[in-house]
Amino acid sequence: MQISSCRIKQALVVKIEGELDHHTADAVRERLDSMLEDPSIKYMIFDLSQLKFMDSSGIGVFIGRYKVVSQRGGAVSVVYVTPQINKVLEVSGLYRIIRKYDSIEEALSAVGGCDE
Amino acid sequence: MEVINEMRLEFPSKSQNESFARVTVAAFAAQLDPTLEEIADIKTAVSEAVTNAIIHGYENTIGIVTVIAKLYEGKIEIEVIDEGKGIEDIEKARQPLYTSKPELERSGMGFTVMETFMDEVEVISAPGQGTRVKLVKYLKSAGGELRRNDGQG
Repeated sequence: MQISSCRIKQALVVKIEGELDHHTADAVRERLDSMLEDPSIKYMIFDLSQLKFMDSSGIGVFIGRYKVVSQRGGAVSVVYVTPQINKVLEVSGLYRIIRKYDSIEEALSAVGGCDE
Repeated sequence: MEVINEMRLEFPSKSQNESFARVTVAAFAAQLDPTLEEIADIKTAVSEAVTNAIIHGYENTIGIVTVIAKLYEGKIEIEVIDEGKGIEDIEKARQPLYTSKPELERSGMGFTVMETFMDEVEVISAPGQGTRVKLVKYLKSAGGELRRNDGQG
């Protein structure tokens, strides 16, 4: 499990590599929460292109981070979602609170991150 | 219906075995030549059931989780069994968003995911009696049949 991030204005682009299940969820949660200690981060964009597997444990991780940024008036989005993960996100109703985009650029422009 | 092949897996309820269990069952299911989507469905459902056994059945104490998989023509049957605390109200536990452990940031979607990804989900449980979750998936590919014919030369 690897997590890397890149800050673009008020948005944090987070790439999660590996598998997100109950076993790895705690470590992921800790990493994300330490990133969110910076109160100027309003938007989290998760790049899931290298996430090989996710079950409903991942849903809890996304909802928890959504609660934090939504209190700051921000939002959570996901990009490059694979079919297996898309199915888990759809079934759990997560798309009612987080948005899915086709690319990081698209997700950034939706939050004004690419403005000159 | 004739069982083509079967396997039994036993492991302690450690969370690192969640990945081991779902990958092993998926590898075994591959004998039926399922599609990539069917394999992903099976992996996800097994992961949910095994996670439930570890978190809820044994509540993070160590017990034995047993996984039995049986292959039939065009069908896989998987049982995930724990000898843990059991479920008091199965109907309630199966409801979407219900979780007995909200403090753990659990989504309460485990059974909903299993029901969506598999064709049949049966839960047998009683307090103090452990839990047995039976997952059935019918495979659209005719791989089971092909495989058997291969064997006959």
